[in-house]
Amino acid sequence: MRNVDLVVIGGGPAGMCAAVSAYNAGIKSILVLERDAALGGILQQCIHNGFGLHRFKEELTGPEYAHRCEKELRELPVEIQCGTMVTDISRDKVVTAVSPEKGVEKIYAKAIILAMGCRERPRGALNIPGSRPAGIFSAGTAQKYVNMMGYMPGKNVVILGSGDIGLIMARRMTLEGAKVHAVCEVMPYSGGLARNIEQCLNDFEIPLYLSHTVTKIHGDKRITGVTISKVDEKMQPVKGNEFFIECDTLLLSVGLIPENELSKGAGLSLDNATRGCIVDQSRETEAEGIFACGNVLHVHDLADYVSEEGEIAGKGAAEYILGLQKKTEKISVSGNEYVRYTVPQFLSSVEGNMKIYYRTGSVLSDVTISVVADGVVVSKQKKKKIVPGEMQFVLLKDGDIPEFTKEIKVCIDKN
Amino acid sequence: MFDVAIIGAGVVGGMIARKLTACDMKVCILEKESDVAEGATKANSAIIHAGFDAKAGTLKALLNKRGSDMMQDVCKELGVSYKRNGSMVLGFSNDDEKKLREIMENGEKNGINGLEIISRERIVELEPNIADGVTCALYAPTGAIVCPYELTLATIGNAMDNGAELMLDFKVERIEKTDVGFEILSDEGTMVDAKIVVNAAGLYSDEIADLAQCKSFSVHPRKGEYILLDKEAGMTVSHTLFTVPTSMGKGILVSPTVDGNLILGPTAVDMTDKENKDTERDGLDRIIAESARMVKSADIRQSITSFCGLRAVGDTGDFIIDMPSKGFVNVAGIESPGLSSAPAIAEYVAELLENNGFTLGVKVDFKGEREPMKGFSELSYEEKNEIIKKDPAYGRVVCRCENITEGEILRAIRTNPKPRDLDGVKRRTRAQMGRCQGGFCSPYITELLSKELGIPMEQVEKTGKDSYILSGRTKEVVENA
Repeated sequence: MRNVDLVVIGGGPAGMCAAVSAYNAGIKSILVLERDAALGGILQQCIHNGFGLHRFKEELTGPEYAHRCEKELRELPVEIQCGTMVTDISRDKVVTAVSPEKGVEKIYAKAIILAMGCRERPRGALNIPGSRPAGIFSAGTAQKYVNMMGYMPGKNVVILGSGDIGLIMARRMTLEGAKVHAVCEVMPYSGGLARNIEQCLNDFEIPLYLSHTVTKIHGDKRITGVTISKVDEKMQPVKGNEFFIECDTLLLSVGLIPENELSKGAGLSLDNATRGCIVDQSRETEAEGIFACGNVLHVHDLADYVSEEGEIAGKGAAEYILGLQKKTEKISVSGNEYVRYTVPQFLSSVEGNMKIYYRTGSVLSDVTISVVADGVVVSKQKKKKIVPGEMQFVLLKDGDIPEFTKEIKVCIDKN
Repeated sequence: MFDVAIIGAGVVGGMIARKLTACDMKVCILEKESDVAEGATKANSAIIHAGFDAKAGTLKALLNKRGSDMMQDVCKELGVSYKRNGSMVLGFSNDDEKKLREIMENGEKNGINGLEIISRERIVELEPNIADGVTCALYAPTGAIVCPYELTLATIGNAMDNGAELMLDFKVERIEKTDVGFEILSDEGTMVDAKIVVNAAGLYSDEIADLAQCKSFSVHPRKGEYILLDKEAGMTVSHTLFTVPTSMGKGILVSPTVDGNLILGPTAVDMTDKENKDTERDGLDRIIAESARMVKSADIRQSITSFCGLRAVGDTGDFIIDMPSKGFVNVAGIESPGLSSAPAIAEYVAELLENNGFTLGVKVDFKGEREPMKGFSELSYEEKNEIIKKDPAYGRVVCRCENITEGEILRAIRTNPKPRDLDGVKRRTRAQMGRCQGGFCSPYITELLSKELGIPMEQVEKTGKDSYILSGRTKEVVENA
């Protein structure tokens, strides 16, 4: 049995930054548990650049970004245990973990930060009809084979889904000599960042088929091709519009799902839209002393935002452990019909500056985003365009939200 | 020379192999695929039927009842999961209730105990998530669930540990009668001699019978599509739920699996192509619609995979188990309830051989017990730590969805019948079978297989020949590109 003040589960950018931030806020007994052999999480395999523009004001690759976070963390006397899988957490903050060196052990923590990241949606979740041959990979799995292990999953590629990893892999596979025949996206818009469409598809003349999906997989032992169909507004395939593309590889980039098995095991309820825990402004979940940050809380577009959220959670956990939390009555935070979700979903303090993150469910042009506290508009900003693929935030300054507010609404309105 | 060559390494071939090995016969199993349980055994409903619906007086009825009675002990010996969860056939009208009574009467003729017609009130008590339209049900407390490929792996593994030989990638091309038995030739020119041939070739049993000039029946595939839901949906029901059967089979069912998932299906579509295991949109949609009629809250967004199996449907309406020529045994047309009947089929085949003058003997040193393969996760922390201390690989979690360790995977790779590919490891350990479907762990398992089998990464396959996973190295110079 071990006692520590803070256990951080996950050593990706969220977990590393959370640990650093908690340490700087006064917590000295910190244990970071990482299931992989090394810190960095999924950044290790993201060898493309574009990371760190916000946080470090320069363009870094994923491993470089992770290295910076790791360096900051390793300079502190924080205990880091890699190759350790957490198998269970409880609401009274007992963490059960297993590793080759220590076997199964129970760790008693004063606070826990959940930073387990997310996983890719597999083919099964889509129920694409057809055969079940080799050659179908989620984009991140293919990325691991190519970037970490030095192997090619195939040479003639179709990508289903235009999430960022899919776009990045379209370019990566092309640079490694494969032919990427098409990227299909069931929605009428891409789920990825605009810069990735430009730099990963357009620059390489890879066609993007919006409102198209794979309706059949062909091939017995190895995939030999896919049938692609146009879909209508209800995302149902339009008959008579199918075409066949020969390929030996299908990559899926059809969404990311926060990995909340541990949270669910502890009985924490999840937000239907984010599929992460419900948290307050300090990223504390409904269970006292359990915090969540990064992609396990909601899927972020940029590692920079993940780090920022890790810092918020780290500071929050430190305040909890040190007994410095000043909680008011719960203030609910939600959005109008154009807002798919907000994080946080509630506030338990209105002190200090804070950002409310939100994501829209559709592509909208010329909008006003207002924050309404109990019916009174407290902040307003205009935006030319917002898209589901890019997370937005509103900044609320100290004093913007009146005391004793009960409800805050983020409203997107068309001008 | 072998005493017996069994063609087909499905659950039926496997059970026969184990039974005859225990009888002190020198047994070989010939399988055209690169793993066992690759045919109808791999993809079916995984149900041990109580035995009420096979028509009284048929071989199906006899062997289903006997098999279902034997199954719990067989599973215990082999260290595989078995759960007697009970089953219900749901009715939606007075008309259905009449049919259920007929089925119950048939079941009683078959000697099935405990059958009763229950009211909606009682159904709701047993299954709170039952759909609103359900009015009555036939309840069969002896219905059970198993994992068919786990059972087959254990059965064949146990037969092998007792001396049986398994020859994979052995596609039988010729069968010649000789003075002492048979010569069986594979498509790659390998020859096997055996005194007795048992044709347990499933979908291909008519073609095998034809090779031995013993064809008196035909077999066609009937497609069954399934959707498997996440373990989070596994608690939706606790019993296996059927609807009133039709001539095409027992209809769509909703059932928990022994591993805690929820299975929906199968469809039933008669086919001609024996290799086409494609799922179709229509079929998947039908499963979703039909299961919604049975239970309220099977959340289809929890789907983790869909798949398709082909049942081997004979043209006689009953199991075909006979010896058309001395030493050549057909075990064909083993559609549902084939899995439930399998251990009884093996006994029946042994009796058939004895009745025809073959001496089977008794192997005195036969060990019927097999160490469970799945036990690690259920051990206490202290027990786990003892194992991890001896072998740290048991402390390294490879499949994070199902919590499967490297130690368990290595053990499976080294245990009879040894897997050669990713799907083989999946069926033995459940690694890659969870909600991410191998997204995280398959590269790692590919590496383990490459090391253990001593083959390059590019030669590791997903499921048998030509199902390669990697096309080559990165930075490879492509000539004539």
